[in-house]
Amino acid sequence: MNQDVENGRRTGQVASMAAQGESMIKVEGMHKWYDTFHVLKGLDLDVSRGERIVICGPSGSGKSTFIRCINRLEEHQKGRIVVDGVELTNDLRNIELIRREVGMVFQHFNLFPHLTVLENCCLAPIWVRKTPRREAEEQAMKYLERVKIPEQARKYPGQLSGGQQQRVAIARSLCMNPKIMLFDEPTSALDPEMIKEVLDVMVELAQSGMTMICVTHEMGFAKTVADRVIFMDQGEIVEQGPPTEFFSNPREPRTQQFLQQILHH
Amino acid sequence: MSDATKRDVVMPPASTVGVLGWIRKNLFPSWYSGVVTVILGYFIISNFIPMINWALFKADFIGESSADCSGEGACWVFIGTRFDFFIYGFYPEAEFWRINTLYVIFALLIVPQFFNAVSTRIKMVLGVLGVTVFPVLAFILIRGSETFGLEIIETNRWGGLTLTLILAYVGIVAAIPIGVLLALGRRSDMPLVRALSVVFIEFWRGVPLITILFMASVMLPLFLPEGVSFDRLLRALIGITLFQSAYMAEVIRGGLQAIPKGQYEAAEAMGLGYWRSMGLIILPQALKIVIPGIVNTLISLFKDTTLVLIIGLFDLLNAVQTTIIDPAWRNVAIEGYVFAAFLFWIFCFGMSRYSQQLERKLHRGHKR
Repeated sequence: MNQDVENGRRTGQVASMAAQGESMIKVEGMHKWYDTFHVLKGLDLDVSRGERIVICGPSGSGKSTFIRCINRLEEHQKGRIVVDGVELTNDLRNIELIRREVGMVFQHFNLFPHLTVLENCCLAPIWVRKTPRREAEEQAMKYLERVKIPEQARKYPGQLSGGQQQRVAIARSLCMNPKIMLFDEPTSALDPEMIKEVLDVMVELAQSGMTMICVTHEMGFAKTVADRVIFMDQGEIVEQGPPTEFFSNPREPRTQQFLQQILHH
Repeated sequence: MSDATKRDVVMPPASTVGVLGWIRKNLFPSWYSGVVTVILGYFIISNFIPMINWALFKADFIGESSADCSGEGACWVFIGTRFDFFIYGFYPEAEFWRINTLYVIFALLIVPQFFNAVSTRIKMVLGVLGVTVFPVLAFILIRGSETFGLEIIETNRWGGLTLTLILAYVGIVAAIPIGVLLALGRRSDMPLVRALSVVFIEFWRGVPLITILFMASVMLPLFLPEGVSFDRLLRALIGITLFQSAYMAEVIRGGLQAIPKGQYEAAEAMGLGYWRSMGLIILPQALKIVIPGIVNTLISLFKDTTLVLIIGLFDLLNAVQTTIIDPAWRNVAIEGYVFAAFLFWIFCFGMSRYSQQLERKLHRGHKR
């Protein structure tokens, strides 16, 4: 039954179905401490190619820290993280290899204010992937069209609204042609009327078969596109499952309590 | 319709616009402001008029010697006769053309930077030439080179404004990159790099420049092995550069700290790596923020070059100071100092204007 629902959501995603089972991210027994404070307590996670995962949980539960470990913005101290077959260690080469393949969208957009929208999008392809400028610009325009703001290409980020900036940030990540996209509360800093335009872009991206991990409180988004919802609390994965099951029939009391708080206010 | 529009245009009362309106609004808005205006006005006029009279109307410009000066106003004749010394120091007159050529090239490199009509690309090219080719060319021309058939002029004959500009230019061009490296070093994750940067910065910043110059010129030769000599000007240059780069480092560190953490993270997350993150993302923003601080440091560097007079180098100020005691001229100290001050002011004011223009140009909407 669940499998059917999942298949239904994936209509037109034959390619990603075929790739099912191919592991993109593998986290095993991962721990992290800030000094002596134990933030992440033995996390395990397996993400297949094309899988879309939503992580939710109360603030301070370690969700952001968790996904920031996947591209090494934070360092883990115990356990293993393997991304696309490359293990994250102190080896700088591996770290840069992984960062090329993993795009990240931040809560506060983090666009580069001294560069135009187009320059923001072309920077990494030109300097990291060594793409010729013209080609990089063409590709950037393609992605800016995909997030529906090609007309803003020559403006500076400071001249755009929050929603537009976040869409540029998504386009900027896509320009590296990443295999995995991480979203760290992408709509939390936006005014309510701008949330939808960003979510629309994310839904479209999810439907195209991108492997995604989103930390978000947008439960509507989780219901529409997630293959799996993970609930974290106090540095642990408390519960995970397909959204239908997760929302209608949560097993753990902590999950039930959390869902009650965010769904009925 | 058009009548109604015309009728809607109501002119403000005559007393609030035009020259009278301006005077009333800005100079006499209330009785006490009026009193302040009158007092300050009196001071300005009572000092300014005699100053102008002294400097221009009663001054003597043409002549050969002290006898050509009436003594009522400034004796600019003195500056005129000693002008070559103030500009070139003891440099041989037959070789002045070498320095003049450099002044012309220098002007060609600098002047276009002040005009908006010049494209950014040209400005960048000129700027890069200015810090790469120009210093090499300047060194060959000023010092001379046997390969090019130019007589070698030893550094002890360099002097005047030329020497001041050499000291300032080398100091500026070298102190900024060293300062950037020190600032990055001080914020590095590597403990050893950080420690070395901190020690370097705190040492050079904690010692007066005069002490450094003294040490460089008096103490250093004592430690060098017999027969090894080290050009005095070069020692002064190294001292000034290291001293100023320590200041520069702290100014730039202020800028680096003002950049939000998210910028570092976004650059890292793209896989840009340390040097490209710094060069493409962090430094362009950080340096822009601290332009006022950088220029402040550069202006003080420019004026601090006058301290080389204590180790016997004839920079502009020292050149002026040694000539005003000439018994053939009576009381020309004021003229000499005013002239030196004026030249220093021109260059410092130029730097200030340039930095303001740069700030306006680099302004990119409101910052996130």
